[in-house]
Amino acid sequence: MTVTVQIPTALRRLTAGTGRVQCSAANLEELFSALDEQFPDLKAHLRDEAGEIRRFLNVYVNEEDIRFLGGNTYFFQDGDEVLLVPSIAGGVS
Amino acid sequence: MSAAARVLTGGTSGVEANFSTNYELRCRECRKSWGNQPRSICDDCFSPLEVFYDYEAVRGRLTRERIASRAPDMWRYAELLPLPPHYRPSLAVGFTPLLRAPRLATDLGAKNLFIKNDAVCLPTLSFKDRVVAVALAQARSFGFDTVACSSTGNLANSVAAQAARNGFKAWILVPADLEPAKILGTQVFGARLVRIAGSYDQVNRLCSQIADEHRWGFVNVNLRPYYAEGSKTVGFEIAEQLGWRLPDNVVVPMAGGSLITKIKKAFDELIELDLVDARPVKFFGAQATGCSPISTAVKSGNADIEPQKPATLARSLAIGNPADGHYAIKVITKSGGWSEDVSDSEMIESIQLLAETEGIFTETAGGVTTGCARKLYRQGRIAPDETTVLCITGNGLKTTDVLAGKYEAEEAIRPKLAEFETYLQKTLESEFSETVEA
Repeated sequence: MTVTVQIPTALRRLTAGTGRVQCSAANLEELFSALDEQFPDLKAHLRDEAGEIRRFLNVYVNEEDIRFLGGNTYFFQDGDEVLLVPSIAGGVS
Repeated sequence: MSAAARVLTGGTSGVEANFSTNYELRCRECRKSWGNQPRSICDDCFSPLEVFYDYEAVRGRLTRERIASRAPDMWRYAELLPLPPHYRPSLAVGFTPLLRAPRLATDLGAKNLFIKNDAVCLPTLSFKDRVVAVALAQARSFGFDTVACSSTGNLANSVAAQAARNGFKAWILVPADLEPAKILGTQVFGARLVRIAGSYDQVNRLCSQIADEHRWGFVNVNLRPYYAEGSKTVGFEIAEQLGWRLPDNVVVPMAGGSLITKIKKAFDELIELDLVDARPVKFFGAQATGCSPISTAVKSGNADIEPQKPATLARSLAIGNPADGHYAIKVITKSGGWSEDVSDSEMIESIQLLAETEGIFTETAGGVTTGCARKLYRQGRIAPDETTVLCITGNGLKTTDVLAGKYEAEEAIRPKLAEFETYLQKTLESEFSETVEA
């Protein structure tokens, strides 16, 4: 099973310019672990100090927000296209 | 930050105000400084960027008297806006009326109710004119010749109009089911309108991807930190129009959730600069039940939203994954406020109520705000005597479709006095029997 992940332009400096990555992750946790392993410099950007996926990072599978597909419990299908898109926000504390 | 002096000539007043370039972008979470550039995300932690100001550079120079001497538009607060050096505004945006609303107050059970009426904000009759005005100021300074946005309608109108006024090319991406008046009100300005077969959230995600590929100034993507600051002027104006005093409560419609956070920031800045006395202000958010991720989170005590698939006629509020949802929740809960939501039928009744009691024809978002305010008074969350401001952010002429079937066209009568008298008699009798039945 192959899943393709698109890396946002802002993070390609941490992936030696690579914009598309293929992996065989079964779920979101495995996908981020695969990215951690392949691009160690990326880890601190995708996860917070507690190791959780950052609050402002949105994940889309075949252009659908993964939260509508079950979030962490979603099992990737062969050929899934995963998009990582920062949430565009501002705001005050 | 640069301390170089710059000059703003109020384009609409000729009043000259010297002040420094006293702002920069910083990460909201890790606080890293990013200077001034078209960017909305911290590359280090993916968190949003926010405009931070050097208030010491402004303190003492921005006084009530100085502000009052300037033209009645949003540029009178220029020192607290992220404007490029020597910026000359080309439009008088903002400074909309703050009206007492005694007849609506009677219906709601209120005694001290005001309406901030951005249904008459210029140039395109919504509060979005404020944010676009700031975004385009920066778009020019960053050298963009094309501006763009994702929009639920009002922003589309405003970007298109102000792009035309300032000589930008404009690309506007909207959900395909937008109200006809908002589509026409974008195309008429010569903007390229792209209808997307999807929800606003899908349009917004697409725009993030496009902004990655094209060197365009997306007002609500790469220019978003500057753009969002324009919303503060709603808060500045409320305080000034109340006689340099903060209200007890504000009720604010929420789509992406930015406006409520920026009104809070505006009040905080006025306190910081001793332009108003500090006092607690409660922030109340208003959403349509069919798209209420922020309201749902507040009611359940959650710090984060769960995205929703919008199902409401209030298209200008139909954002299921609100970008500023997390911060809006924080502002509401920390202030001791609350968030409510209303059904589409309650929203439509509230549009009619506001029009019939105060002569203000608002769009769907204003119906949501008015309807939620009514609930908040009934629940006792807002006390009748407290000074409360409802933010009406858009004009009803853009969403007349939601009133379809509400008003039947009367049969024409001939131009004869006798026919009119008969008609009058019939109408009065009919009204009388309706009153008796009620």
